[in-house]
Amino acid sequence: MHSFRLPKTETYDALTRAAQERILVLDGAMGTQIQSLGLDEDAYRGHGGHACAYHTDHPQKGNNDLLILTQPQAVEDIHFDFAMAGADIVETNTFSSTTIAQADYALEDAVHDLNAEGARIARRAVDRATAKDGKPRWVAGAVGPTNRTASISPDVNDPGYRAVTFDDLRQAYGQQIRGLIAGGSDLILIETIFDTLNAKAAIFACFEAFAEHGKRLPIMISGTITDASGRTLSGQTPTAFWHSVRHAQPFTVGLNCALGADAMRPHLSELAGVAETFICAYPNAGLPNAFGQYDEEAEDTAGKVEIFAKEGLVNVVGGCCGTTPDHIRAIAAHVAGYAPRKIGEKADA
Amino acid sequence: MREPLLRLSGLEPFVLTNEIPFVNVGERTNVTGSARFRKLITNRDYAAALDVARDQVENGAQIIDINMDEGLIDSKQAMIEFLNLVAAEPDIARVPIMIDSSKWEVIEAGLQCVQGKPVVNSISLKEGEEAFLHHAGLCLAYGAAVVVMAFDEDGQADTFERKTEICARAYRILTEEVGFPPEDIIFDPNVFAVATGIEEHDNYGVDFIEATRWIRENLPHCHISGGVSNLSFSFRGNEPVREAMHAVFLYHAIKAGMDMGIVNAGQLAVYDQIDADLREACEDVVLNREPAKGGNATENLLEIAERFRGDKREEKKRDLAWREWPVEKRLEHALVNGITEFVEEDTEAARVSADKPLEVIEGPLMAGMNVVGDLFGAGKMFLPQVVKSARVMKQAVAVLLPYMEEEKRQNGGGGKDTAGTVLMATVKGDVHDIGKNIVGVVLACNNYEIIDLGVMVPPQKILEEAKAHDVDVIGLSGLITPSLDEMVHLANELEREGFDIPLLIGGATTSKVHTAVKIAPQYTRNQAIYVTDASRAVGVVSSLLSKTARDPYIQGIREEYSEVAERHERAERAKSRLPLAKARANAMQIDWSEYQVAEPTFNGSKVIDDWDLAEIAQYIDWTPFFQTWELKGVYPRILDDEKYGEAARGLFNDAQAMLQRIIGESWFGPRAVVGFWPANRDGDDIQLFKDSDRKERLAKFHTLRQQTSKRRDSPNLALADFVAPEGVADWVGGFTVTAGPEEIAIAQEFEKNGDDYSAIMVKALADRFAEAMAEMLHQRVRRDYWGYANGEAYTPEELIGEPYDGIRPAPGYPAQPDHTEKRTLFDLLQTEEATGVELTESMAMWPGSSVSGIYIGHPDAYYFGVAKVERDQVEDYAARKGMDIEEVERWLAPILNYRPGEVRTIAAE
Repeated sequence: MHSFRLPKTETYDALTRAAQERILVLDGAMGTQIQSLGLDEDAYRGHGGHACAYHTDHPQKGNNDLLILTQPQAVEDIHFDFAMAGADIVETNTFSSTTIAQADYALEDAVHDLNAEGARIARRAVDRATAKDGKPRWVAGAVGPTNRTASISPDVNDPGYRAVTFDDLRQAYGQQIRGLIAGGSDLILIETIFDTLNAKAAIFACFEAFAEHGKRLPIMISGTITDASGRTLSGQTPTAFWHSVRHAQPFTVGLNCALGADAMRPHLSELAGVAETFICAYPNAGLPNAFGQYDEEAEDTAGKVEIFAKEGLVNVVGGCCGTTPDHIRAIAAHVAGYAPRKIGEKADA
Repeated sequence: MREPLLRLSGLEPFVLTNEIPFVNVGERTNVTGSARFRKLITNRDYAAALDVARDQVENGAQIIDINMDEGLIDSKQAMIEFLNLVAAEPDIARVPIMIDSSKWEVIEAGLQCVQGKPVVNSISLKEGEEAFLHHAGLCLAYGAAVVVMAFDEDGQADTFERKTEICARAYRILTEEVGFPPEDIIFDPNVFAVATGIEEHDNYGVDFIEATRWIRENLPHCHISGGVSNLSFSFRGNEPVREAMHAVFLYHAIKAGMDMGIVNAGQLAVYDQIDADLREACEDVVLNREPAKGGNATENLLEIAERFRGDKREEKKRDLAWREWPVEKRLEHALVNGITEFVEEDTEAARVSADKPLEVIEGPLMAGMNVVGDLFGAGKMFLPQVVKSARVMKQAVAVLLPYMEEEKRQNGGGGKDTAGTVLMATVKGDVHDIGKNIVGVVLACNNYEIIDLGVMVPPQKILEEAKAHDVDVIGLSGLITPSLDEMVHLANELEREGFDIPLLIGGATTSKVHTAVKIAPQYTRNQAIYVTDASRAVGVVSSLLSKTARDPYIQGIREEYSEVAERHERAERAKSRLPLAKARANAMQIDWSEYQVAEPTFNGSKVIDDWDLAEIAQYIDWTPFFQTWELKGVYPRILDDEKYGEAARGLFNDAQAMLQRIIGESWFGPRAVVGFWPANRDGDDIQLFKDSDRKERLAKFHTLRQQTSKRRDSPNLALADFVAPEGVADWVGGFTVTAGPEEIAIAQEFEKNGDDYSAIMVKALADRFAEAMAEMLHQRVRRDYWGYANGEAYTPEELIGEPYDGIRPAPGYPAQPDHTEKRTLFDLLQTEEATGVELTESMAMWPGSSVSGIYIGHPDAYYFGVAKVERDQVEDYAARKGMDIEEVERWLAPILNYRPGEVRTIAAE
């Protein structure tokens, strides 16, 4: 079914050229910014914004993706702040916009609109920013891991059981990715990968969606090393992870979330040593404190991310949990003086 | 750019670098190549099948080939299940998987289960370019490397020309049309059998090796693999020669560029160490050379092959060293280790050398069982292992039985030679027999003859059979409380009929106190004795039947029981019971003013029939399963327990294996019914209404109240307290679940084949299924059917701790000890029609693996025990239920705090 003979989108080449010239900057944490707005259940449902066209009795507070439909201006302003802070690539607010993840909120029906609107809002924000300073910017359609794992049983007594299948994920991701493309995303970012089989289903869905679209978008793939074991939640080492997703011929491969920049560095270094494509890293603002909040200062995070650049490990950097526009501004400033990593400098391990 | 290398992964990466001359692909997890693996998969023994995979990885396989192409199994399903299980085993999953099938749908199902980068084995041009393109595109989209067979529309390539031509064509299509990375292509140019005697086959080895050389030189970055064992097909049965042929072939093929192969690395000769003559003969055949010393290469090898035949593998000797021991020792080994595999031949060997078949039983078999008994007594063996030993014993005896019958016929019969005869029965009205069966097996192991009358045995039958067989001991079992009365009644009958043999009492509901207070006094001619568990049974029975030990033992029991009875009497008198009115005044006070609960989604009863055995199995709480087998501890910790761990793990493996069969072969037919009714508290009862307007009354659940005197702030509970009073909308539900009656026939089939272990196992698992269904159904009720907790998301494991709101008390259990409430529940639910579950005259549910109860939804509801009740409550309860006081007293006998018929005692205060 798949063939890499599909033409690339127009922005693909522009992005590649930009990434060869300098280290690109990705935005920071959407969730942290949304939390700071202190929205209540009514606000999530659209009071003072847009009433939700999808009716459900489920509480919606915490369904951050829903704000795309109910508080679009607030979401656009966050994107705009990150863009003006120095982000070249802005992620859509669609981390959980799949039928699988939205089932918790009984909003499966809203999935297409969440993704298409999510991309349009991000597009509006970056266009506003570009109109101000003339710098080109891109929209990355964010595809999260969902809340289920295809290669891990949720039941320790029944290791062969699976709460979700590859096909379930392929379909849910396909729906999301089609929405993201329809809304005008420049890239697809498959991120926070705990279970590589989920990511493989998302890659498969990308191929199907691209075939329908008639063009190939750049794919960014970002795994999550969950702890000091140096492996993903599903048990893979960074190199094994790369081998599993290499067939996507991704624009970037990298790591995000779970760890701060210092703890992420050795795993990023391993990945940069084996992957023959651009490398992307967007760590958390350190580790959460006892209250679950991230209190690493912007300068601290930026200083640690700078080491990635200094060691020639990265092509794209940004922030995950706890990173604000201040963090992104500091990161952009810290990496500005370094050349991007060149692909294929290292030999096989 | 770097040189493109084949990069695969499991949990860890694998790169086929230039330093690796040859990749061993493990072939033991292939049903077409390994008879053992095929057997394990067809029997769904996945635990052992995983061990095979693990062994291969431990022995150095860099990739494991998994193939489920077997006509008798659902290959696709087996592929999915096995790969999912492999994913959960990090020591296996660390290496890449080769997904091997001739069916594309099996391959695709496999591709959807592995997170690493696998190899597909295989695709080809056999069905033309279109199918080839389709499959190759999918392999690319799933992220897999591929083995491409040298096979096209005209068939399998045999010559150098055909092999190279097909591979070149496939390479062009893959790299140019699909965009397939060349380093991810592995060609299999087909290894065919040589030295078959057919001249056209003689050059097959050379064709493969030369095609390999050409492909590696002309098709950049690709790889060569092959199934080596085909080569020596004509030398089946002569392993040393086959191994030598493989070693020689690989030596030359690897030099030509073959860098991967499906071989059993443990069975490969080292090229340099092969006998020089044999090696030369092999080389002549593989390379199709003119033998230096003349003649024909194939004939030379055939001739020389005879010299090497019969070189048995050393490995096997080591594993089966005990097979070389004298027959007595072999039997003992088989008994202690529960090995049935050789027992028939060993028993036969022992019989032939013995004078009489009976000597085999009395000699080596009993000696072996004595070792088992000693180990069991010393706590070095545990019940599941002993039951397995019994299975071996039964099979051995089955071999001898025909000879003994024959001998008996010739001698005109003979006396019995057992240690004694024990009659066992589950009493009238009760259907539970797992414990009884275990005791029977353990006693049989110790040379007692067992007459098992089964379940629901009327007292008259027990008396008749005991007389007819002149038994030495009677053992009674029961699980539900009315069975206690049956036992008392039977003790009375024994006394009346003049019996003078010991009566053993056992089962979950029985106790030393009850036996001492209620049963033993009815039977003074001999003694009723409570047996805590199976491990005690042998000691008790042998003491009772020993001429010397008997009297002092019974004397000791009598003294102990009279003490127990007195202590009980004193304790009961000391416990102050409240008059019913006072207890009611201290009922639980729930604030109902704000209470609102969701209305159930339906009114009345509904059959639930969408049960999936695999899903139910996830809800099994294993701790009680181990208790059934007298292994005490909490799952899963018990598996690592210092004392019980080994036995627990063995038992658990056997249980898992049977569980897989239960699921895979749909042994059970689970059924359930659930109902909801508008309800309000009415005093100590729960009034049910027909409709939500609460006008037409439907039925009443009666509940009993605690009468123990409580400390200041704790209430005297009745279940009715948890239901809202009139004026507040509330509901109660009811349910019955059953694993179905199928287990009974299955257990009988096992018993017929002398496999009590499996018979007990299937019943124990059926019980677990019923309990798991109750847990699962309760969750569905909370989330969907009643729906008062539709956001609840506990995992099956978390449910064991009962973290949720609401309870499901069962009639006959501590919160409502009256079994007759089941009748009301069953009528409301029309349980018998809906599920086939019936109530016996003692209100036991048949089949035994069934659970019923009522649902109460209030978050403050919890489980409690009613404990003893006074006469005032029994009178009140009898009036409410419209039953005679005597009848209520009979059903509540175990919880009466007074002796029925005696003068009324005044409750404390």
